[in-house]
Amino acid sequence: MTVLVIAEHDNVDVADSTLRAITAAGAFGGDVTVLIAGHDCGNAANAAARISGVNKVLCADGPSLGSFLAEPLAELVAAMVADHLQSRTETFEAIVCAANTSGKNLLPRIAGLMDIAMVSDVIAIKSADTFVRPIYAGNAEATVECMEPIKLVSVRPTVFDPAPGDSNPADIESIDAPPYWNQTRLVQAAEQDTGRPDLSSAKIVLSGGRGMQSAENFVILDRVAAKLGAAVGGTRAAVDAGFLPNEVQVGQTGKVVAPDLYMAFGISGAIQHLAGIKDSKVIVAINTDEAAPIMAAADYCLVADAAEVLTELDAALGDKNP
Amino acid sequence: MTDEITILVPVKRVADPNVPIGVFPDGTGVDLTNVRMAMNPFDEIAVEEAVRLREGGTAGQVIAVSIGGPKCVDTLRSALAIGADRAIHITTDDDLEPLAVASVLTVLTNELAADLVLMGKQAVDGDNGQTGAMLAAKLGWPQATFASNIEASDGILTVTREVDQGLEIIQVDLPCVVTADLRLNTPRFAAISAILKAKKAPIETRAAGDLGLQLSPRLRTISVAEPSQDRANINVANVDELLDSLRQDQGLLK
Ligand SMILES: Cc1cc2nc3c(=O)[nH]c(=O)nc-3n(C[C@H](O)[C@H](O)[C@H](O)COP(=O)(O)OP(=O)(O)OC[C@H]3O[C@@H](n4cnc5c(N)ncnc54)[C@H](O)[C@@H]3O)c2cc1C
Ligand SMILES: Nc1ncnc2c1ncn2[C@@H]1O[C@H](COP(=O)(O)O)[C@@H](O)[C@H]1O
Repeated sequence: MTVLVIAEHDNVDVADSTLRAITAAGAFGGDVTVLIAGHDCGNAANAAARISGVNKVLCADGPSLGSFLAEPLAELVAAMVADHLQSRTETFEAIVCAANTSGKNLLPRIAGLMDIAMVSDVIAIKSADTFVRPIYAGNAEATVECMEPIKLVSVRPTVFDPAPGDSNPADIESIDAPPYWNQTRLVQAAEQDTGRPDLSSAKIVLSGGRGMQSAENFVILDRVAAKLGAAVGGTRAAVDAGFLPNEVQVGQTGKVVAPDLYMAFGISGAIQHLAGIKDSKVIVAINTDEAAPIMAAADYCLVADAAEVLTELDAALGDKNP
Repeated sequence: MTDEITILVPVKRVADPNVPIGVFPDGTGVDLTNVRMAMNPFDEIAVEEAVRLREGGTAGQVIAVSIGGPKCVDTLRSALAIGADRAIHITTDDDLEPLAVASVLTVLTNELAADLVLMGKQAVDGDNGQTGAMLAAKLGWPQATFASNIEASDGILTVTREVDQGLEIIQVDLPCVVTADLRLNTPRFAAISAILKAKKAPIETRAAGDLGLQLSPRLRTISVAEPSQDRANINVANVDELLDSLRQDQGLLK
């Protein structure tokens, strides 16, 4: 039995979230095959082949896969699984990908095509058919058994370690790219923000909320983050106020983070926000309100003005570079 | 647009996201006794967007549909109060899984000849975030998930999507499925007159079991538990104390 991991990549490198999904796939106990689908993606296939725990790489390379649209990729996977079932050469017991926006866009489409139920945002794999996942914004955790012949599972990347990328290369097998899907067209890809550690894998995250009060205070937050080599995140309220770009919203509907240190400045600690930070090792809350819910969710609580604390931190860290 | 399109908006009744939720001590599930219920916030945004598309002349008709028990009627009335033209209640006592909901919606979309299904990206009870893409797959339609902006012209939607890397823009041909993210719009407060009118509006009803679909569960919930949340809650007096604690006790910020 084999677990198929659908990789996220930029045709050159395999995404960190996929390295984590590969670790999760290993928990099923079978072989792990990674699908690299893209255009001119040979380098990504080579990188995937060297990831520890990967037994085989399937590489679908063609212009129809160039924009990483869910539609052609889902067709490819569904057709591939159907073929495999028919030829009985290799049956997939599970299809796994990371529960980030690309996986959340893709896997349910595959599930719909195959008419197979899926399990979203898995945080623990109990056995090959039993999974734990958060529900109600993390207010509860459900253990579910999947009764489908093939388990379609998206895994929360932050709870699995990245698989190292230095093992003996696995075999790479080419497969045909699917036909073009003309009804969807990429107009403008999202620009990956450079220069800052990625929020989902950063060791330190500094986050700001409405209590940060002003854009100027976010400049100080940014400066302190730079000194600490930290990523910057925030609440929905901070994003809605225009203090931060949407892609750094942390929480139920934004990103999930699990750094060694999460510092919350002027954040009340709504359940929807806590949903995205609860796996952090150490949580620090800085809030003027000692009764704010974030305090109960924090390891260290400092009742103080967020901007003042940031200014002091900025001074205390000197001109230290990460 | 010359041909006015029909928009189907699936709306789910869920626990109000602003109220705390607990778990039954025996681990059998989430305790919803006396919990205030509301329309899933993402679905409210979807209804608002559909109504705006009608008000802007793109859509001719907005049809809300809710699948579930008798109280879904309240949710449908909320959709009517925002401005939906028609409401359909698909009745079932079961809590259908996303795949089953997608099957029901496939039948309805075809029957109603809808051109656009505009729905929430995620229902905040199960947090599955599956139904939209499943439905698009079953219909063989393009999908635009996590939409934060929609522009319609000549049978094409230009949709801004909120993705991990930032904002992505795609074009999709109608018919298609779009799922709403939080920043798509801010739903209006329905006027009292609209609420009163919605109270008396007819709601069409059909039993899910009469649709000839296989809707039985494919997943089994074994247990539901409260997450462990043991944090130290140590009060520190100032920045120096905080830095000392992080450095000495936690080995951080060395
Ligand atoms: C369906 C749904 C999904 C959602 N998803 C998310 C999500 O993914 N992520 C998310 O973050 N939110 C999400 N939200 C919103 C969430 O419910 C809260 O509204 C939001 O997290 C509040 O942000 P905040 O803490 O910045 O603001 P507030 O709740 O307004 O809190 C501001 C805090 O700042 C403190 N403060 C004020 N002045 C100062 C000062 N000078 N110094 C220090 N502290 C100060 C206040 O005491 C207060 O605690 C969602 C909501 C819904 C309904
Ligand atoms: N029972 C239901 N009735 C109507 N719409 C639903 C139902 N369940 C899910 N949906 C729609 O599907 C979206 C995504 O739900 P989910 O996949 O469960 O997170 C919701 O935002 C609704 O628009």
